[in-house]
Amino acid sequence: MILAQADLRLSPNFIDYVLVVFYFVLVLGIGVLARRSVASSLDFLLSGRSLPAWVTGLAFISANLGAIELIGMIANGVQYGVPTLHYYWIGAVPAMVFLGIVMMPFYYGSKARSVPDFLAKRFNRTTQRVQGVLFAVASVLIAGVNLYALGLILEALLGWPLGLAIPVAALVVLSYTFLGGLSAAIYNEVLQFFVIVALLIPLTVAGLARVGGWASLTRQVAALPPGPEQLSSWPGTTLTEIVNPFLSVLGIVFGLGFVLSFGYWTTNFAEVQRALSAKNMSAARRTPIIAAFPKAIIPLFIIVPGMIAGVLIPQLIRLKQTGASSVEGITPNNALSLLMGEVLPNGILGVALAGLIASFMAGMAANVSSLNTVFTYDLWQDWLRPGRDDRYYLQVGRAVTVIGCVLAIGTAFIAGSFGNIMDYIQALFSFFNAPLFAIFILGLFWKRMTGTAGWTGLVAGALSAIIIDSLVRSGVIDVSSQAGSFIGASAAFIVGCAVAVVVSMFTAPKPDAELVGLTWSLTDKDARAGTEPGAHVSWWESPNILGAIVLALVVVLYIIFA
Amino acid sequence: MRAHEPHHEDLPDHSATEEAPSAASQLFDLRTVIAILFIFYGVCLTIMGLFFTTRIDIAKAGGININLWSGIIMILVAAGFFLWARTRPLAPPPSAVDDDRPPMHH
Repeated sequence: MILAQADLRLSPNFIDYVLVVFYFVLVLGIGVLARRSVASSLDFLLSGRSLPAWVTGLAFISANLGAIELIGMIANGVQYGVPTLHYYWIGAVPAMVFLGIVMMPFYYGSKARSVPDFLAKRFNRTTQRVQGVLFAVASVLIAGVNLYALGLILEALLGWPLGLAIPVAALVVLSYTFLGGLSAAIYNEVLQFFVIVALLIPLTVAGLARVGGWASLTRQVAALPPGPEQLSSWPGTTLTEIVNPFLSVLGIVFGLGFVLSFGYWTTNFAEVQRALSAKNMSAARRTPIIAAFPKAIIPLFIIVPGMIAGVLIPQLIRLKQTGASSVEGITPNNALSLLMGEVLPNGILGVALAGLIASFMAGMAANVSSLNTVFTYDLWQDWLRPGRDDRYYLQVGRAVTVIGCVLAIGTAFIAGSFGNIMDYIQALFSFFNAPLFAIFILGLFWKRMTGTAGWTGLVAGALSAIIIDSLVRSGVIDVSSQAGSFIGASAAFIVGCAVAVVVSMFTAPKPDAELVGLTWSLTDKDARAGTEPGAHVSWWESPNILGAIVLALVVVLYIIFA
Repeated sequence: MRAHEPHHEDLPDHSATEEAPSAASQLFDLRTVIAILFIFYGVCLTIMGLFFTTRIDIAKAGGININLWSGIIMILVAAGFFLWARTRPLAPPPSAVDDDRPPMHH
């Protein structure tokens, strides 16, 4: 019998490094090859709107499968077990289907180049600028967080000093995004998706074999605190930290499943951008729905490794038994790397390492590429320096790539000294999604909503989220931080809607002619579907059918893991 | 099919950007790159699994020769992508005089 060690340092050998290097040779090669397809700013920033649905779909999910997400969710798997699945199932799939079926026709059909651009068309330029600035700042900060976390991993696993790891990683991302723009970023995201799967599936299979199979795993998990609840997804009270089961279910369904989830998936431009680069309306609509399939299945290969680590790694076992937050300096965040070192031999370890490093870099690349588009189009062309020819904006796009990466290096080092602040900032920006979603939905279904209501609703909702967050952190509102974020997002949504309604009563809306294609009531059904009336559509080309299938899949999965 | 373009009076003119020449249709076939990645990985891992795996490695993974199995599956995946790229090639770029590209299938 093999006893688990708990040395954080991995021991990759020559072959592992060869596998990692080969991956990055391909990544840079993609950047070089993609350069040939860039002749305009649209090519650089939106792939010329030419990509097929399977590519945009996998890029969509991959942009969301960043390493911070992987590490964090595996840590949740260690601590909470099966309820963590809520983040993927109810907490993502319905919103993704909604984005594809309901909202994409308006995003794509309006030929908006970004989320702020859509806001400009539906509301006014002020709304575009408010959202543009917020998004640009958030992108740089979050890119820096990704970079910093990558540096920590490289330091812990391979012994690279932070001062070396961070700039090198930034340079790799900079190289391929500078050359090939969004196409390079998207192609690399698809590649990254496959490497991540190549990391997760062997890890799960080997780990399960190591602990003696599924039945043995469930027995061992149930024997450790917090007990058998770790094996059933409802009511998820340990996850929500809401003791009352009814309120816990409500929190999950409404707080997570609706406000937080819809707020993120329907408005986050780093995601939506992947769909906007699709080659036609049908591909754009299917993008988030295609992405929903792996989103539903992959968590099985994320949560199970977490559960395995929780019963295999001695420090994590002791952590769960005693309820401590760390044992010998090891926290649940170390679970992924510990499990990798524990069950994977050299060879597959190299593949796993490539997948892990790649997922950090792709997270940064997604942020830089979406920052690029918003800054170049919404802030520069539509506000600060309008009216130049396209070549100028293409060069601006390239310049922003460089500056964005340099700024990310800066924020990465700042994140080092203020670790908690970065957490705080990330949480904060997630609150800004809720009011954005509020004004979107209201604006979509209520054509009377005015331009001024757009940005005032946005600002009011964001402020209320900040206020609630402070009240929760300082303990004035006495709930867990999870429940606090549900409440904050809900409040932001409600306040945003309320303020928008009131302001609309006192300001003038745009005439109907300007709102065609931007609101539900003024857009005819075929324009929304993007099909010729009466045309035959195969089942895999129909967003509605695909959406129904993936929702049914989630229901079945919930029944299995209830 | 496009949605009707609404008329906006207060918004800037994007026509220079929208009408600029696009080379996007010349983007290469990603499926080939994916196949190359997995063929390389698959062969390396299969060799590792056959000749360089110790009993300790197998015990760590619960009795499974994970290198060998992963390697074989990756080779199959690579074959799948090669086949897909062959049987449904990308449409050739509209204006280019492109020599021996196979005809468009869908």
